Amino acid sequence: MPSTRDWINNPLGVVEGMFAASQSDPNSGWEAKAVEFFKDHLKEKDAPTSVPSLNDVPLHYLKPNSLVKFRCLIQDMFDPEFYMGVYETVDPATKAKVLRCGKYKDVTECGVDFNSRNTVTAERQTFYCVPIPGENPWVKESYAGSSQARVVPSTSYAPTRQKRSYEEDDEMDDMDTQPQKQREPHPGPQSPTEQHGNGDCKRQETEAPSSQTASTSHLDLNFPLPGEKGPSCLVKVYENWDNFKLNDTLEVYGILSVSPALSALADEKDASSSIMDPTESMETAEEQRVHCPPASLVPRLHMLHARPVSHNNPLLPSATLEDNSAFLSSTLSEMASVRAELLTYFTHILLGDALAAEYLILHLISNVYSRRDVLPLGKFTLNLSGCPTASYTERLYQIIQQLVPSSYYLGMSLQNMNQMRLVPKKDYVANRLASGVLQLARHTSLFLDEIQLEQGQLDTTGVRNVTALGNLITWQKVDYDFNYHQMEFPCNINVLIVSEGRSLLPSDCQIHLQSQVTPANMEEYLSSIHMHTQTSSQLNKFRIYLSVARLLDYNISDEMTKSVEDDFVDMRKDDPQSVSAEDLHRMLVVARLLSLSLGQTSLSRDSWLRAKHIDMLRRSRMEQHKCVNGNEP
Amino acid sequence: MSSPTSTPGGCKRGRNTNPATPSSEGPTSPPSQRRRGQDSSTGDLMPMPTSPATDILSPAAPQDTSLFSSPRPSVQPNEVDMSSPLMYGTPSSRVEGTPRSGVRGTPARQRPDLGSVRKAPQVDLHSEPPSTDGAVASESNAGQRLVIWGTDVNVATCKEKFQRFLQRFIDPTSNEDENAGLDLNEPLYMQKLEEVVYLSVLNSAVVILLYIFCKIFFPQEVIPTFDMAVNELFFERFPDSILEFQIQVRPYNALKTRNMRSLNPEDIDQLITISGMVIRTSQLIPEMQEAFFQCQVCAYSTRVEVDRGRIAEPAVCRHCNTTHSLALVHNRSVFSDKQMVKIQESPEDMPAGQTPHTTIVYAHNDLVDKVQPGDRINITGIYRAVPMRVSPIQSNVKSVYKTHIDAIHFRKTDEKRLHGVDDDADQKLFTEDRVQTLKELAAKPDVYERLSSALAPSIYEHEDIKKGILLQLFGGSRKDFTQTGRGNFRAEVNILLCGDPGTSKSQLLQYVFNLVPRGQYTSGKGSSAVGLTAYVMKDPETRQLVLQTGALVLSDNGICCIDEFDKMSDSTRSVLHEVMEQQTLSIAKAGIICQLNARTAVLAAANPIESQWNPKKTTIENIQLPHTLLSRFDLIFLMLDPQDEAYDRRLAHHLVSLYYQSEEQMEEEFLDMAVLRDYIAYARTYINPRLSEEASQALIEAYVDMRKIGSGRGMVSAYPRQLESLIRLAEAHAKVRFSEKVETIDVEEAKRLHREALKQSATDPRTGFVDIAILTTGMSATARKRKEEAAQALKKLIQAKGKTPAMKYHQLLDDLRGQSETAITKELFDEALRALADEDYLTVTGKTVRLLA
Repeated sequence: MPSTRDWINNPLGVVEGMFAASQSDPNSGWEAKAVEFFKDHLKEKDAPTSVPSLNDVPLHYLKPNSLVKFRCLIQDMFDPEFYMGVYETVDPATKAKVLRCGKYKDVTECGVDFNSRNTVTAERQTFYCVPIPGENPWVKESYAGSSQARVVPSTSYAPTRQKRSYEEDDEMDDMDTQPQKQREPHPGPQSPTEQHGNGDCKRQETEAPSSQTASTSHLDLNFPLPGEKGPSCLVKVYENWDNFKLNDTLEVYGILSVSPALSALADEKDASSSIMDPTESMETAEEQRVHCPPASLVPRLHMLHARPVSHNNPLLPSATLEDNSAFLSSTLSEMASVRAELLTYFTHILLGDALAAEYLILHLISNVYSRRDVLPLGKFTLNLSGCPTASYTERLYQIIQQLVPSSYYLGMSLQNMNQMRLVPKKDYVANRLASGVLQLARHTSLFLDEIQLEQGQLDTTGVRNVTALGNLITWQKVDYDFNYHQMEFPCNINVLIVSEGRSLLPSDCQIHLQSQVTPANMEEYLSSIHMHTQTSSQLNKFRIYLSVARLLDYNISDEMTKSVEDDFVDMRKDDPQSVSAEDLHRMLVVARLLSLSLGQTSLSRDSWLRAKHIDMLRRSRMEQHKCVNGNEP
Repeated sequence: MSSPTSTPGGCKRGRNTNPATPSSEGPTSPPSQRRRGQDSSTGDLMPMPTSPATDILSPAAPQDTSLFSSPRPSVQPNEVDMSSPLMYGTPSSRVEGTPRSGVRGTPARQRPDLGSVRKAPQVDLHSEPPSTDGAVASESNAGQRLVIWGTDVNVATCKEKFQRFLQRFIDPTSNEDENAGLDLNEPLYMQKLEEVVYLSVLNSAVVILLYIFCKIFFPQEVIPTFDMAVNELFFERFPDSILEFQIQVRPYNALKTRNMRSLNPEDIDQLITISGMVIRTSQLIPEMQEAFFQCQVCAYSTRVEVDRGRIAEPAVCRHCNTTHSLALVHNRSVFSDKQMVKIQESPEDMPAGQTPHTTIVYAHNDLVDKVQPGDRINITGIYRAVPMRVSPIQSNVKSVYKTHIDAIHFRKTDEKRLHGVDDDADQKLFTEDRVQTLKELAAKPDVYERLSSALAPSIYEHEDIKKGILLQLFGGSRKDFTQTGRGNFRAEVNILLCGDPGTSKSQLLQYVFNLVPRGQYTSGKGSSAVGLTAYVMKDPETRQLVLQTGALVLSDNGICCIDEFDKMSDSTRSVLHEVMEQQTLSIAKAGIICQLNARTAVLAAANPIESQWNPKKTTIENIQLPHTLLSRFDLIFLMLDPQDEAYDRRLAHHLVSLYYQSEEQMEEEFLDMAVLRDYIAYARTYINPRLSEEASQALIEAYVDMRKIGSGRGMVSAYPRQLESLIRLAEAHAKVRFSEKVETIDVEEAKRLHREALKQSATDPRTGFVDIAILTTGMSATARKRKEEAAQALKKLIQAKGKTPAMKYHQLLDDLRGQSETAITKELFDEALRALADEDYLTVTGKTVRLLA
């Protein structure tokens, strides 16, 4: 155990030890070794959980220069920077020269000899990372609960060490006794408001979209979604930064650096040097603020290792499913039964409509698994039309929120559409990518509430926003606005549209809700939905089910291919107008999702027939609806 | 790094045996050079000159190697603090005796772009730690031994070689426009110098641009040497002339243009050329070069030069020995202009899924305000990294360097768009390997099929449409008839896809848009004429009127994909007329009158007017587009649901396999998108096929045949526009084969494709024959014939009635119906009446028909 503590508490000591050892042998490749060392340690059982996480431990409880982890999304990529990889310091008293390593550090030691011949300039890349947008409270709680990292109120972190703020000292006392308890209230009061007041809170946002930027002090942390909280972080990457892409979700293990010198340097520059050197002031104040924010607000994290987050579900083992066959087989055996339960649950929620419930399951496990040139495969955007009231859709969202790791509710009110920034836009003054709502991690559920839409005029922004949503649904890509040009970023977002009639946005599949509840009892029924909450073990089962189903592999055997082809030809023979290539596309997706939802990794005859059957049911319902309404095109 | 790594440019000229020194190698082969101010569009990138330069310099070459064998100094040059004789202008203006300019009053200028603020270090080999004055003094007598500090680059040799180069270099590949009025057989740079004499009055700064092929090591030190050499040479030749400023050497095109992403710590203090887009420019910053101090007590004045960005204020007056009596006099100090320019990677250079990088560039003196935000430029400059300054208060510092580029030269890459003809400005460079693979691919007999199947593999079948689009991607050869007054001939192939909704038209468009570097995608529904062409707006920052270009101009040399073409308003569509034939766009608004190039190929998709294609109607009737526009499309394809079992089966197979095949399997089957993209780019840049004798014969025959088919049935089935289309398609097909000659097979394929497209779109639904008249006049020939027959019948009928001056409309219709054996619709009757009215035979007023004459 002491050794574990050591590499977590003082990783820089480890790195420096290796650096010193390597001095005799220049080709030792100590850098790779150091990274290897940490990777090996992290592979140990329980090791990842014993590393404190920036996500659930407030920054001021964390020891500077210790190993921490951060679950995040790469929101922006800054320019690469050159730093002193190796430098020499001169002791002013003794004139003794010492070689030092500048890797994984922001600030050098005293007395740098700039003219030394031994200085090695190296390159590193900075990413601006934010917590995964739209991460639901249950995920946060669960991660925090499973963390074994006792935030050690170490003696080295004495208030004397750094003069930061006074109120911290008070908190320190509490923390000494029970740090975990202390931070419990943080997510506590937060989550009920999320649950109950969700609609309200959204409405407030729509009324004053700018208020949140103002409220988060002078520093805009640039979260994609309004009203988000949590730390953002400047992650310094030392190797293979080309492998990371914008909007990747990562779990970064790195050395935390909150040196107040960073902020001090920035302040000082503002004050004095603008007179001394006009070149310094050419970086605008905004740019300064974005690229060198105070370390107490935006800590620096020097990356040692990063693990791509493939599902962000704390209930699943973090390793890939293949590596965890025991878990996989146990879940697979249960899939069918969990599915049945979930179907009942959804049927109940969707006013007794089993078909819609079926489609909702399929939608929730859909995933863009591949792209053929421009065509994304596997996406399944669902348009749930015929939703009764606004309060109903909000309840529906709350239920989905309970089930998926991350989600976002976007009320498509006219005001929202005309005022919100959906598409990220490059801000050239501050030299950063100003985020927008559509900058979301993969597998995020985007809930579009079209019931909020009223009559009125969309202005330029509104039209652009609606186009962006349309592009997102059809091509699963977002064109980021770089002012002089646009750049396309692929995404993988599950879009669910709820509307009264047919949605104005395109969708892969539209289903009209058929309520089994009489309008008279609606109010009562709706309130009972809310009361009828599931036990947490039940919910956990659903959560695991949805995440696993999405991650499964899938294939079609040759015989099935043949029979599907035959089927298609037959269908076309009867009535060529009824089935088009597009329908086949959709049916193949439905069949795929249906098989996966049952835990089958290859298409069976039954699943295909069933897929055909439910698609037929859905279409006949649409025809009916068309007849009833008459005004549908 | 120490050895003068010879570069491809050098190798080609056979210089790899004597890897050159910066001094001699740099300027060996500048094919183009011109003076700034005369024409700011600066030089074109030109093909490598063949070799005369080698001969001139080769005698010196063996020596060169030795010059450069010492290791590159690991220390930053600014550590040595001394004013060097290489300081720009020092020898000529300050030290008496050396070139005569100083006496004659040509002022010296520091070159801030070369970082002369930090003194360029030089060492006299013979005087150990050289004192400041020592180095300067030694210049005249011990010049031979003066080397650049930390290297053994001999200053004098360097200078001498450069001068010799200037005196002898003849540009063999010189381009007429650029060096207009110069004798190509005379040494190029000497002529330029002569020009300087005559034009010097007009120019504030004289700059010689030097096209370089080789790497210059130590640019900071060597370029001032060049400057010095040029000036010495100049004043030697024209001892009487006075220049307002001295001549500066500005090398450009440092070897290869690099991507901003590939810059790394090794490039620090090296001459680099990178490309990018300007995103922001700062205001002009006056940077103090020399401070002027005056003693408050005795009015004694002194000047202090900037040293590493600082000015040391003299504490004691040397004249009256008063301490702290000196005050800075601002308006007598010397300032130079400086501007910060921020550039960003151009979108084409970026790997997918990453955000673009930015770099700060400092522009100095005359380069200030040369570029505007939005410009695409190539910058040659010196890459710098400055450590964060140690502040006296702070003991530890941030371990990060600040990097920027000191610009020496800007070259706008998109400037040409406003000017006339040019060959493709985008010089995409291919590695030897890549070219080899592409050529191998081109040699395959089925390359055409391969490429067309690689196009949008997710879209099923429609082989001919894909082939058509493929040819569109390659385009025909550009022909210039400006001399004879006919202007340019369109080389771009325009294609219209129309057909049932849901036949993946949009997907094809989207694919093409993603494939080509300069593609634009617009939807007819959402675009206005202004959005397609250009609009004038007020820049919020500068408050200047700027012309913002629209989709058509932006896709110059690319493809403009227009979806929902039928939904476009008529006024919007009308701007396409000019673009699709003349390939230009005339704008006259808000005081801006100009003609922009819009050499764009148009790929449009339209839905039939009745949402489903009506096979009983003609194309025109189905899509309701003006035939003037339709005839400008080379190929019009119908994408219809064929509704046939075999097709269904193949379609199903295709779709299903799309869903279960893994990525790798797919890739094996089809060419990579990147290969396809390179293939097209290579063919477009390097292949320019011309018609061979047989091919032209075949084209003539094809055209005559097409006309014949029609004439047999009394209609014309081909117009010269169709012949032009055929030529373009044949040329494009030759490009696909990487062939410089259009041969018969190309014509055959063009014919076949053209016929296929015609068959689909110009078939007269009533007769089943191909009839080009549908596209050109909007009416099929049979329909016209029927109209004439009806008119004749009507005339006969009226004549038979005898002399009745007026008739009832309805009655006439009934009579005609009764008489004719074919059905006469009301429309047909109206048309017949109109035809007769045109003949001045009758007039129709309301419901009565009157006979005339």
